Amino acid sequence: MPDKKILKNRRLFLQQALAAVPGITLLGMTGHQSLFASTAWAAPGQQTPYRPTFFTATEWMFINAAADRLIPSNEDGPGAVELGVPEFIDRQMESGYGHGEFWYMSGPFVTDVDFTLGYQLQFTPREFYRAAIADIDQACVNMHGHVFAGLDAATQDSVLEKLQAGALTLAHIAKPAEFFIQLLANTKEGYFSDPMYGGNRHMGSWKMIGFPGARADFADWMLQPGRVYPLGPVSIQGEKA
Amino acid sequence: MTTTLKSVDAVVIGLGWTGSILSMELASSGLSVVALERGAYRDTSPDWTYPRAADELKYGIRGELFQRLSKDTVTIRHAIDGTAVPYRQLNAFLLPNNVGGAGVHWNGQHYRPSPEDLKFYSHNVERYGAKFLPEDMTIQDYDVTYDELEPYLDQFERLCGTSGQAGNIGGKIIAGGNPFEGPRSRGYPTPPLPDTEGALRFAAAAKQLGYSPFPQPAANCSQPWTNPYGVRLGPCNLCGYCERYGCYLYSKASPQTTILPALLQKSNFEMRTHSTVTKINMSADGKRATGVTYVDAAGREVIQPADLVILSSFQINNVRLLLLSGIGKPYDPRTGTGVIGKNFAYQMMSESALFFDKDAAINPFIGAGAGGQQIIDEFNADHFDHAPHGFVGGGYILGGTTGGRPLQQLNVPPGTPAWGAKWKKAAKETYLHSTRVQTHASVMSYRDAYVDLDPTYRNALGQPLARITFDWHENEYRMTRFVTDRALEIVAKMNPKSHTVTMRRPGDRFNTRQYQTTHITGGAITGANPQTSAVNRYCQSWDVSNLFVFGASAFPQNLGYNPTGLIGGLTYMGAHAIREQYLKSPGPLVSA
Repeated sequence: MPDKKILKNRRLFLQQALAAVPGITLLGMTGHQSLFASTAWAAPGQQTPYRPTFFTATEWMFINAAADRLIPSNEDGPGAVELGVPEFIDRQMESGYGHGEFWYMSGPFVTDVDFTLGYQLQFTPREFYRAAIADIDQACVNMHGHVFAGLDAATQDSVLEKLQAGALTLAHIAKPAEFFIQLLANTKEGYFSDPMYGGNRHMGSWKMIGFPGARADFADWMLQPGRVYPLGPVSIQGEKA
Repeated sequence: MTTTLKSVDAVVIGLGWTGSILSMELASSGLSVVALERGAYRDTSPDWTYPRAADELKYGIRGELFQRLSKDTVTIRHAIDGTAVPYRQLNAFLLPNNVGGAGVHWNGQHYRPSPEDLKFYSHNVERYGAKFLPEDMTIQDYDVTYDELEPYLDQFERLCGTSGQAGNIGGKIIAGGNPFEGPRSRGYPTPPLPDTEGALRFAAAAKQLGYSPFPQPAANCSQPWTNPYGVRLGPCNLCGYCERYGCYLYSKASPQTTILPALLQKSNFEMRTHSTVTKINMSADGKRATGVTYVDAAGREVIQPADLVILSSFQINNVRLLLLSGIGKPYDPRTGTGVIGKNFAYQMMSESALFFDKDAAINPFIGAGAGGQQIIDEFNADHFDHAPHGFVGGGYILGGTTGGRPLQQLNVPPGTPAWGAKWKKAAKETYLHSTRVQTHASVMSYRDAYVDLDPTYRNALGQPLARITFDWHENEYRMTRFVTDRALEIVAKMNPKSHTVTMRRPGDRFNTRQYQTTHITGGAITGANPQTSAVNRYCQSWDVSNLFVFGASAFPQNLGYNPTGLIGGLTYMGAHAIREQYLKSPGPLVSA
């Protein structure tokens, strides 16, 4: 079950830590990096805290804070952070996907085309996080005096809504809404994909919605349409629930 | 340095469905056959065994089985005066790669064309008059009738062990099948798979409205089946991992489950993987193909001479290789002349997700790519009078789910935000009680929808990308409005608590971000006249008689059905003509 206390404490800790550093600017973030470099976060029930490989401490704070708003933890079920979505995203950044191996990444990059012609920015997924988080944090500092992770939940939601609507101006990103598309997609990927990728810890999201995961065999059940399926999910590596 | 190899009887470019069929048929005739496949060899074991096959991130989202766009893609623009930009991420349609091609990751929705689909221009002109067709519509007839094609459509069904319920055998209408289908010589190899809950609800509502629902014909076997090549398939268990996935059960027909086990045993057949053909080589007089040039796994350029060249790669790659090789006259949209690249088309879908009460156990995760779903065909092809409606074409309406994989198949009720606590609550409350109804419909061909070579963007080998110029036309907006309205009447009769509607409305551009179907067609179309088509009825090039071009590139326009059944039929017809006529007397099979 989600441990709300831990989540609340984490937010509090985060806010206090940010408040303790005066004059948050992009330069100021260097201070954060050193502050958080030794601070790895453990998801509830996880014994060894996950240490991000790709994300810097500052970026890690953003990823955790954003994932926590995109899929919050509450009485309906687990949120993205407690299911390990930040770990999932960090690990994906080291994969072929993160390096852009699945995308055509040759120029010229023409960004002023109709939205319907698809993603046209020059960033691989890794590069996009690196560039966009810095810009979003700077925009948050300009607007609200704190980086994204240091804002209260309602303000964070309003920033995400603006980003989604393309209404948040970012210094180095021609189409900021594209970053929201990537961020939300990766967050849901970590929430719903097999636990072996680092998210969906103990198949928490599958249990919540009733998806049986990798069972993938309904020979006995396809002749019983309309009956409640009785079995919980299994994962690819054999975890059962 | 370029290496020139010993000549073979036939070289096959691309080892998907059509390349595998041609390799098998030609090797069985005693020809020495080399198949060049740019991708890797893959098979059920070890590549998609259980449980690793049930991995939505790897296969559904990242697209493990598809073409890596970092190496090769297409560019797309909406209009002939626009600038095309690369298709950088796979979304609207999927491009296949590797041995088996799209035959590995299709759903198995296995249809035959309606008889009028093959005579779509003359049929519509005869029934509605030439003025009924918009001026810029460039639809054409196939030079083959349904009855001529029937034995080959049947042959492809036998290959696949396809499950289904016949609706018309020899002109006799059979209850429970599709009453609109053309006459069949016999029924499906295996009976239909059981219906899923969503399909049953759809069929019940459709019947109340007076329609004739039937099980979707499925190249997902319902029983053990040994096909004419002696290859065996097993029954599908509705595992829910079909489109975009390899089948771990040997149930979905693919080259791997129907042809390759027999083909790979033939000593006169050789498969070379990681071999990308860059050009079809021509004789000095431009009348004969002399073989192909390809780049092998080590990056070396190799010439493979051959007496017969079979171009059997995916639709867009067929067209590009013809353009790169200078074969046939490139199509010019301004004059409407030329043939290579002409009549690119796609399909148009619409969809409704339905949400029921909590006591409705829909179990959306139980599903096959095709089996277990119900269809109505009343509004497809020319199965109804189009005169009052002002459009041609149409589509089938489908009820049920192919699976309930949460990243791609979880729907939330209308008005739900895309993220946050409300989204999560909706996902939790509706997932098990949701199903869907879709329309799957035709797109006509137009003067301004075509394929040529992009002037700017290149692939990893430095060759120009294929450039697609395409957008929707008024005929298709009207068509989807009409067919979707019929679907929504069925939805209303199913009486869900709420439902969504996703459809293309007038003014909506072709959106490369939204998946619809992978069925892109045309560009090397078949027909009766070399001035207006690239290949004849046997898919033989009009310009180069020892070159055959198979696949959806041959479609003069796109029909409402999924294309694979028709591709299989055209391929077997061409293979039969090569074996029985061409090899005895090489040359044009149809005089121009």
